[in-house]
Amino acid sequence: MPNIVVLVKRVPDTNARILVNGDRVDLSAVKWVISPYDEFAIETALQHKEAAGGSVTALTLGPSESDKILKDAKAIGVDEISRVWNDSWSEMDSNAIQTALVQAITELGAEFVYCGKTAADTGAGSTGPGIAERLGWASVSNITNASFHGGLTVTSPAENGSAIISVSGNAVISCDKGNVKVRKPNVKGIMMAKRAQVNVVSADAPASSVSIVSQSPPPAKPAGKKYEGGSSAEEVAKLLRDEANVI
Amino acid sequence: MMSESIIIAEISRGAIAPVTAELVSAAIALGTTPTVVVPCMDTSTADGAGYEGVARTIAIKGACFENYDASSWAAAIDAASPSGIIIAAATPQSKDVAARVAAKRNLAIVQDVVAIDGRNLTSPIYSGKAMQTVAISGDAAISIRANVFPAASAGTANVSVVDQSGDVATAVQEIIARASTRLDVAEANIIISGGRGMGNPANFSHLEKIADVLGAAVGASRAAVDTWDEIPHSMQVGQTGKTVNPNLYIAVGISGAIQHLAGMRSSKYIVAVNKDADAPIFSHADYGIVATWEETLPVLESALSAMMS
Ligand SMILES: Cc1cc2nc3c(=O)[nH]c(=O)nc-3n(C[C@H](O)[C@H](O)[C@H](O)COP(=O)(O)OP(=O)(O)OC[C@H]3O[C@@H](n4cnc5c(N)ncnc54)[C@H](O)[C@@H]3O)c2cc1C
Ligand SMILES: Nc1ncnc2c1ncn2[C@@H]1O[C@H](COP(=O)(O)O)[C@@H](O)[C@H]1O
Repeated sequence: MPNIVVLVKRVPDTNARILVNGDRVDLSAVKWVISPYDEFAIETALQHKEAAGGSVTALTLGPSESDKILKDAKAIGVDEISRVWNDSWSEMDSNAIQTALVQAITELGAEFVYCGKTAADTGAGSTGPGIAERLGWASVSNITNASFHGGLTVTSPAENGSAIISVSGNAVISCDKGNVKVRKPNVKGIMMAKRAQVNVVSADAPASSVSIVSQSPPPAKPAGKKYEGGSSAEEVAKLLRDEANVI
Repeated sequence: MMSESIIIAEISRGAIAPVTAELVSAAIALGTTPTVVVPCMDTSTADGAGYEGVARTIAIKGACFENYDASSWAAAIDAASPSGIIIAAATPQSKDVAARVAAKRNLAIVQDVVAIDGRNLTSPIYSGKAMQTVAISGDAAISIRANVFPAASAGTANVSVVDQSGDVATAVQEIIARASTRLDVAEANIIISGGRGMGNPANFSHLEKIADVLGAAVGASRAAVDTWDEIPHSMQVGQTGKTVNPNLYIAVGISGAIQHLAGMRSSKYIVAVNKDADAPIFSHADYGIVATWEETLPVLESALSAMMS
């Protein structure tokens, strides 16, 4: 019966305004949530467990503020919640994050790891394939569907369409939106989550070789030209050719 | 001594994709001497990977490159590549394989780079709501967004062949070809997208006609995808859809919600057609047309057809 880990990350709500103060973003006023794709990862992990048995542990790397999203994951239905952290950590690069997560995943004895396609803050999509490599496991990224009968089979985009891929052995699967409907927490889940204990594990991470120099608002676009009425489309078509040179 | 970089060539439909030439410019902007590696089954693919400023092209010939399998691709590319800064295109597949190669070498990876200044790299964060500049020290892996760096001029490729495959960890059972032969939004240089304002899915045929004239892909907002079964999620642009970076993005009947902008705001030129003059999309449009699509699209189509013929 598979031991399943799902990675969840605490990020600003995607509706939040991201303010920049000096040369860093100021997140003091944002609402924090589970990164949206991680919700699909939770759902897929729970479906895996329902089909094959075993247990699902939600794991995050972050300071104690992240306990809230672990409890949110518990309310949705995961069995255990774990957090890996070391107070000496700050701005970690992908190498440091993956190294630390891999220690926690190994300690948990996981056989399958589900994660989001990208985190809403980094937008990177590096963590799933990166930890798979370090674990020596298979990985399939950006899946839109999964089935668990007779082994793990997933659907992911391929050139010209999509590929149905079977995965044997341990694997890291990163989840896109796809067709799954994510379940919402129910009253019993919310009650259980209140009492749930976060299992905190420590790990080591190498020094980061990537450091943040500055954060800034996106470059402001010069005000565009605005026209009234459908007939102006003719003028716009000309501008696309002669001014923008894009057609 | 100049430091080295390894460019993982981007392959599309069995040939070198144009973005590869942009990766060469990025490598030069980093002050590195690039080697281009070409994962392939047929080494002739690498003949198209010659550029000015590139001394060496390595065709990595391996059976594992038949279908995409992250683990075997990373193993073969890692084994056949020298050390240095790894540079790939910021496409879903190349970001994925670059992340694995980086992890294999215990390197950090910086994805979606849109500007390079010495060893400072800038990428969007928070879905483009902010930009972040980081400094890398030593080797790292980086992926580069398309349409940002100029394309290096073509040159003759000096190809050496390395036979190198990897153990395939996943098995492709079946490839389901997209029903439409239309370009995917993730691959297109021009995209025309429709939102809930299109009224019903049948009206997307008006967008398709313009797409045919321009060789464009057709995209959609989440409201369109969620409301109409006929509009598949593969067309969705935005936070929970695809992130696109085309030269031209035409948004029709799309309000311009923050989550839609997250997927397309970095497009070079944005045209908006919306009947509501206050729609937020207009603050991001280079060219805005305040009108219904019913009045606008026929005019646009005939103007573009006349220009393209
Ligand atoms: C977590 C999360 C993730 C999300 N991810 C995405 C995503 O990936 N992509 C995405 O697009 N959205 C996403 N959304 C949804 C987003 O917030 C908006 O609801 C959505 O983008 C609205 O789509 P729309 O602009 O087509 O529809 P509407 O907001 O309904 O806008 C329709 C527009 O059409 C105009 N219109 C109406 N009739 C006409 C006409 N005849 N001619 C011209 N114009 C007309 C109207 O003036 C209006 O501006 C997400 C939301 C959340 C909470
Ligand atoms: N600090 C973290 N803690 C837990 N999971 C993470 C963390 N960072 C990234 N992940 C997982 O990896 C996915 C991709 O993140 P990224 O590579 O940053 O885009 C996220 O959706 C999460 O599932």
